[in-house]
Amino acid sequence: MAQSAVAEERAVPRPAPLSIPVRDIVPWAVFAAVLGLVLIYFVGAEQGATSLLSGTWVHEFTHDGRHLLGFPCH
Amino acid sequence: MAADVAAPSPAMTMRSLLLRGMLAGIAGAALALVVAWIYGEPQVGNAIAFEEAHADHGAGHEVEVVSRTVQKTAGLVTAVGFYGVAVGGIFAIAFAFAYGRLGALHARATAALVALLGFVAVEGVPFLKYPATPPAVGNPETIGSRTALYFGMVAIGIATVVGAVVLCRRLAPRFGTWNAVTLSVVAFVLVNAVLFAITPKPDAVPHGFPAETLWDFRIASLGMQAVLWTTLGLLFGWLTERAVRR
Repeated sequence: MAQSAVAEERAVPRPAPLSIPVRDIVPWAVFAAVLGLVLIYFVGAEQGATSLLSGTWVHEFTHDGRHLLGFPCH
Repeated sequence: MAADVAAPSPAMTMRSLLLRGMLAGIAGAALALVVAWIYGEPQVGNAIAFEEAHADHGAGHEVEVVSRTVQKTAGLVTAVGFYGVAVGGIFAIAFAFAYGRLGALHARATAALVALLGFVAVEGVPFLKYPATPPAVGNPETIGSRTALYFGMVAIGIATVVGAVVLCRRLAPRFGTWNAVTLSVVAFVLVNAVLFAITPKPDAVPHGFPAETLWDFRIASLGMQAVLWTTLGLLFGWLTERAVRR
C-alpha cells in the first residue's frame, strides 16, 4: 500500500484527478474571498483613497508593505 | 488504491486545502520579506531621502505617526504576512475549482499552473499598466483615482485570465491542447493590449526623481511578488501531492 511516492509515480498509472463538486466549494469560496478581500483592503488601501477608521495609523504602519506590494499608497 | 478514486480524497477537503493555502502563503510571505529587506527597503530609503530633499512645496515634515524603524520591521512583516495569508486562502479556493477541471493535470501541476495564472492576473497585468511606485512618486491628490485604476486593473487581470482559461477549455476538444493554449494566450494578450491603450496613463514621475531608484524599486516589488507566488504554488503543490499519495 504505502510505497514510496517517487517509485509509485513511475510504476502505477495514476487515476484521473477527481474534481471537487462546485457546491462543496462555493460556501468556502464566499467566506474566504470576503475575509481575504477585507484583509487585502486593510493592508493595501485603508486610510488611503478611503478611510473607515480615523487617523493615519493603519496607513503609516503598512506604509512600506503597500509600496513594495504594488498598491498605490499616497 | 482503487478506493481513492471513488471516495473523495481526504487530501482534497476544503479544510485541508485552505489550511495548506494559508501555510504556503505565510511561507511565501516570509521569503518575499527577505527580498523586501535586501532589495526593496534600500530603494524606499532612497525615495524618502529624495522626498525630504525636495519638500519645498507643501508643509514639509509630516508628524511621524509610526517611526521608519517600525514601518520597515513590524509594519512590513504585518502587511506582507496578512497579504500572504489572504492570497494563500484565495489561491486554495482557485485550486479547488481548477483541480480535475484542467485536463489530466494532477495536484502538483495544477497548483503550479494556478500560481502562474494568479501571478499574471493579480501582479503581471496591473504591474505592466500601473507599476508599483516608491514614496515621493505618486501625487497625494490623485490617490483616489490611482487606487480605483489599480484595483480595476487587478479585476481586469483576473477577468481576462479566467476568460482565457474558459476559452481554452472550450477550444481544446476541437483544436487540441497546444493550439487551444496558444489561441487563448493570443486572445488574452490582444484583449489586454486594447485595454492598456484605452485606460488612462499613470501619473508622471516627479521631475528629477532618480530613474535608477525607480527601476530598482519596481524590480524589487516584482521580485517580491514573484517569490511569493512561486513559493505558494510549489509548496502548496508539494504538500497536496504528498497528501494525495498518502
